Amino acid sequence: MINFGSGHTVIKSKLISRRMFILNVAKATVFFGIFGRLISLQINEANKYKTLSDKNRFREWKLAPQRGIIRDYFNKEIASNEKVYQLHITPENSPNLETLFFRLKNILNLSNKRIFYLKRKIAKQKPWEPIIVSDNLSWSEFSRINLFLHELPGVEPIVSVARLYPDQSSAHLVGYVSQVSQKDLQKKQYLKDMSVGIAVGKTGLENRLDRDIIGEVGFQRYEVNAFGKRIKQIQVDPGKAGSNYRTTIDIEVQKFTSEILKDKAASVCVMDIYNGDIISMVSSPSYNPNSFVHGIDKKYWNELISNEKKPLTNKAIAGLYPPGSTIKTIVALSALENDVWNPKKYINCNGLTELYGEKFHCWKKKGHGPMNMRSAIQRSCDVYFYEVARLLGVDRLSETAKKFGLGKKVLDGFIEERSGVVPNTAWKRKFIGKNWYLGETLHSGIGQGYFQSTPLQLCLMTAQLANGGFEIKPRVLVNNKKNRLKDYIDFKNKNPNDPLPIDMLVANFDLKPLFRNQENINFVKDAMFAATNEPGGTSYRSRLNDKNFMFAGKTGSSQVKRFTELQRELEVKQDDIIYKDRDHALFIAFAPFSDPKYAISVVVEHGGSGSSSAAPIAKKVIKKVLERDKIREEFNNLTSEEI
Amino acid sequence: MFQPRSIQSSFSFKDKIMMMDFTLILSILILGILSMFAMYSTDGGKFDYHTKSHIVRFCVFFLMFFVVSFFQIRFWYQTSTILYISFFLLLLGVKYFGLTSSGSQRWLNFYFMNLQPSELMKIGLILFLAKYYHRISTQDVNRIKFLFLPIAALVAPVLLVIAQPDLGTSILIAIGGITVSWLAGVRVKFFAYAGILFLSLTPIAISFLKPYQKSRILTFLNPDRDPLGAGYQIIQSKIAIGSGGLFGKGFLNGSQSYLDYLPEKHTDFIFTLFSEEFGFIGSIFILLLYSLIIHRLVAIGNVTRSSFGKLYCFSFATAFFVYVSVNMGMVLGLLPIVGAPLPIMSYGGSSMMAIMLGLGIAMSCKIYKDTPVN
Repeated sequence: MINFGSGHTVIKSKLISRRMFILNVAKATVFFGIFGRLISLQINEANKYKTLSDKNRFREWKLAPQRGIIRDYFNKEIASNEKVYQLHITPENSPNLETLFFRLKNILNLSNKRIFYLKRKIAKQKPWEPIIVSDNLSWSEFSRINLFLHELPGVEPIVSVARLYPDQSSAHLVGYVSQVSQKDLQKKQYLKDMSVGIAVGKTGLENRLDRDIIGEVGFQRYEVNAFGKRIKQIQVDPGKAGSNYRTTIDIEVQKFTSEILKDKAASVCVMDIYNGDIISMVSSPSYNPNSFVHGIDKKYWNELISNEKKPLTNKAIAGLYPPGSTIKTIVALSALENDVWNPKKYINCNGLTELYGEKFHCWKKKGHGPMNMRSAIQRSCDVYFYEVARLLGVDRLSETAKKFGLGKKVLDGFIEERSGVVPNTAWKRKFIGKNWYLGETLHSGIGQGYFQSTPLQLCLMTAQLANGGFEIKPRVLVNNKKNRLKDYIDFKNKNPNDPLPIDMLVANFDLKPLFRNQENINFVKDAMFAATNEPGGTSYRSRLNDKNFMFAGKTGSSQVKRFTELQRELEVKQDDIIYKDRDHALFIAFAPFSDPKYAISVVVEHGGSGSSSAAPIAKKVIKKVLERDKIREEFNNLTSEEI
Repeated sequence: MFQPRSIQSSFSFKDKIMMMDFTLILSILILGILSMFAMYSTDGGKFDYHTKSHIVRFCVFFLMFFVVSFFQIRFWYQTSTILYISFFLLLLGVKYFGLTSSGSQRWLNFYFMNLQPSELMKIGLILFLAKYYHRISTQDVNRIKFLFLPIAALVAPVLLVIAQPDLGTSILIAIGGITVSWLAGVRVKFFAYAGILFLSLTPIAISFLKPYQKSRILTFLNPDRDPLGAGYQIIQSKIAIGSGGLFGKGFLNGSQSYLDYLPEKHTDFIFTLFSEEFGFIGSIFILLLYSLIIHRLVAIGNVTRSSFGKLYCFSFATAFFVYVSVNMGMVLGLLPIVGAPLPIMSYGGSSMMAIMLGLGIAMSCKIYKDTPVN
């Protein structure tokens, strides 16, 4: 029994052990597979999974950098930052967004449209990224939110900073910031890394300096758990506030000028004739740039764009006007430089000249009588310059005009700046596709026809005449390099035949004379002096008698609509025609005459004549600028020494 | 008969201790201690509820392991049918009085603990079938009429567990039963028939699956299908293990589990946590310990004279191996998430109880290796 039993058991045991062996092989295989998997996950792909684990673990919240401050020459803030109260929502912290919005709607007066927009935005972004519901709450709204805060999960009242423009006089130059648009994102790559809700420069300096003034975005890195709760802060990079900038602008002059230009569609540019510093650049009427910072009110926007005086346009660089008689300075210079005209040559102006049967009128119907070049500039005789232009030819005129800064953009990086037109034969063939007529040369000779220029170009042109014919580069940002042009000119005036002292040779400035014979420049300057300071001059009534303030200028009126023969016959006054058809009034000048420092251009849209509406403005501004010249000089020495 | 009953009785306590397999005991103890550390880590580095409870359970059931092993193997042979039937009744009881948690009814409330009878059934079925195949002769094994009882004994509890629903445990129970049948010599063709039948029934079975079970299978096939939903567990588990690297992130530094990215970290995903904190080295160590336990169980089966002992030890070793590999395969993304705890390491009283009972009986086979069971 036992034997049988044991024999049976042995057979059975063998069977069991044989089958177990098969299972053991399978076990070894499977464990080997697990072993292999561990190698693959923990050794081969460890780095990949470490990255994924960190991605799980860390979340970053971006910190908006503070925008740099723009100051005027005297370090007064013209674009600064202010404290604002904002309301943010972190969607994942809110159990029910519907009820939350319902509550907020009652507390904050949110429109349905705004709520719809916010909900769509929430759907697009990550649930832990905050969304700005309102970026500029009033104090009462902010306190109401804080009062109900315990009932509003997910809501975060935040004290932040936003752009503030203390006054409107420099609105066009400084520009404004507003919310980032799709277009901005495409154009400005750096905005991609920026935090939500950052404001971007849209126009003016704000746009031009945007990359540097916006600052570097910071971040807070937190370790978060699977439910998005912040466990601990790992790293903070506060980012970098944007760079501050000091401009060449004098805010006092800006305010003064802007007050004078109030209610007019006009612009004024004032420039240092040696270093190109723009002291003032005002465009009128102005607008409130602060209204764009938090999204512009629709009503105000409509008001701005329907205003026929175009408050949003920076007329100083984006307004295009025929230069009118102000171009006569360049026509005279060009004629003298090209030796086509003797300035002493007399022409008798009887108010009219004819070419191929076409009549060309002088602005003075009765005519000026006999004129030489000096008196023709002084009294702005058109007939004289028709003849000068006819002999000069438009191509030579355009060459000189371009050399002096017309027909091209003169500032860097201002998207709104326009280049204007200096016509010549090639230009007309290219852009209009027709041949040039001689009659058009005559129109060009008095700055009409195709001629288009910005007030800043006219200012630059005047400055380059005033400094004796040297090229300068207009600028709005302070450059602390000591200006050598003035020293050079002073030295040359005192010792015309001596070689330059060594320090002036070493100083690396690009001195580029724009003249062939400086006498010609001086001739034009003298003629401009006559126009303002000698009886009969077009701007004689606006002269300043104090020797320190005495300036030399040239008026201009550019036709918007051609006078009909009938109007001419009836001697229609500018005041009698409708606003839109009135002439633009222009005036260019430099001051003080004895030792020129500043150039100015004034353009009053539809202002009538240059002598009656533009020159008086220039007179006031010149006085103000010269009064502040000493302060500026002292301030310059003060800051230069520091460097 | 000739059974030297007296010999068995003459085993002193000291003899019994000396007969034990110390490698096996040591491996279990080391795993137990490691599991306590792992549990401490899941509690976020605090001596908290899960840790305390796990330590108590391990101690109680480790003690039970010794008590079980001191019982003669004959006792386990004789009570196996009764054990199977009582476990089956408990399973039935679950169906009517069970506690429901997260959609499935698996537990019976016994005041001192919530018992999960399906875990016990893993051992019960092996015991029952080992005894059944011990009793019938090798020739009878493949006779059709001797196949009915084992099939019924296997299918009945499996169906009850599937209905709970608990797919993972039912598969593990079935594998235990199939292993015994295979070792006893049931012909390959019968397994093939069963396989074909199973496959042909699969479409019907799928229609009975709960949506979450279907999605788990689909997710296994493509974890990126729904990374925040059903695929989340697999993805997070792989991230945790992979990011552990060679040496791990260090004890209590497993960010995936610490920050709650890891689901079910106390139970099914305890290996993931361990692997994240102790890296490849730690994982291999655990794998080696399990290999050692399985190896010792097989070794006991080899030295045991009785067919019952052999069948039991081999089957239990295989089942144990399957539990380990299913769990690891699952957390490593090699198998679908079916809900299978890792023996000894995972938090869970019933699982611990069943494993210790199984190990105890195996140890009893070792002590009484030369003693016939009938």
